[in-house]
Amino acid sequence: MQLFRKFIQKVFGNLFKKKKHVRLGLYGPPNGGKTTLANRICQDWLGEEMGTVSNIAHETREIQIKEQINIKSKGKELTFNLVDTPGIATKIDYEDFLKHGMKEKDAKVRAKEATKGVIDAIKWLDEMDTVIIVLDATKDPYSQVNITIVGNLQARDIPVLIVANKMDLKKADIKRVQEAFPQYDVIGISAKNGQNMDQFYEGLFTVAG
Amino acid sequence: MLTLQFLPYSEIEHLNSSKRIKRLLSIVKEEKIVLLEGRLKKQEETELIKRTMEEISNGFRGIELSVIYPENKEDALFTKIKKGLISALLGDRQGFTIIGPATIIKEIKQAPNKIQLLTEEQGAPAKRPTRRNGKRAAKKAAGQAG
Repeated sequence: MQLFRKFIQKVFGNLFKKKKHVRLGLYGPPNGGKTTLANRICQDWLGEEMGTVSNIAHETREIQIKEQINIKSKGKELTFNLVDTPGIATKIDYEDFLKHGMKEKDAKVRAKEATKGVIDAIKWLDEMDTVIIVLDATKDPYSQVNITIVGNLQARDIPVLIVANKMDLKKADIKRVQEAFPQYDVIGISAKNGQNMDQFYEGLFTVAG
Repeated sequence: MLTLQFLPYSEIEHLNSSKRIKRLLSIVKEEKIVLLEGRLKKQEETELIKRTMEEISNGFRGIELSVIYPENKEDALFTKIKKGLISALLGDRQGFTIIGPATIIKEIKQAPNKIQLLTEEQGAPAKRPTRRNGKRAAKKAAGQAG
């Protein structure tokens, strides 16, 4: 019955949905570079940044939305609302923030906000039309958080593009990411330097266009 | 001391998603590592993360979670359908799920067929001791050293 409902939704949804207004979500673990990528996209197409970035995890603790981003590539056009989400984690310890020189009071506030951010990011999963999963290519891709996010998107039938970010770093290993998620396209980029962004936009058209 | 509690799937199969998660978290909050037979549904896994975040406090910093799942990519389509049907009807009893408190498990390294559990160094979990406990621990350590 559920399958039949999904089929009907897909057929009729595609007929009446304005395909050009896609809600594009950036998901992934903390410090993977989601906001750096969001900033890169916004800089490329709007000439402005979206949010602040930091080396300390959980810098983005609220959902941030940039509306009406219009991208063009090889005669194709796509307009979407970009949703930058807080990093999804299974643990948050304020003492981790203390190591970065943060005051205890501020660290506790940050931890509290970060937990709320994770909850919001999960709640928003259902609202997405397409998701870009941003992974740090220098880190182990086999973390359960990554697998859980991908599995949930798969179960919800939401198209996914996986980005192996931080390819400018020596330790980056795109092959490991590809091995971990062989059923998806993985594009290696450096959001910070703008490396390989053309291929990224092409990949975006493929999954969301 | 590490306590590992095995939880057969039969103990959670009659529970709804919310109660399953509550059960798992209650064990983890007792500072035990749960070894669950099988795995939760995908939506239950995200719900577990969500509930964990809701319950984070001074004494509970979250969980480490890992699923080891025997997925045979060479299974024929019929076998895959059969396995899918059995899982849908009886729950997914294949593989294992490990859930532990973040105060005890530092990291779980996961390769397709292997899990490495890295625990906090002994004594390290008492990260945030009360002044009294801190002194007692220091005295104990001094006594042992002497």
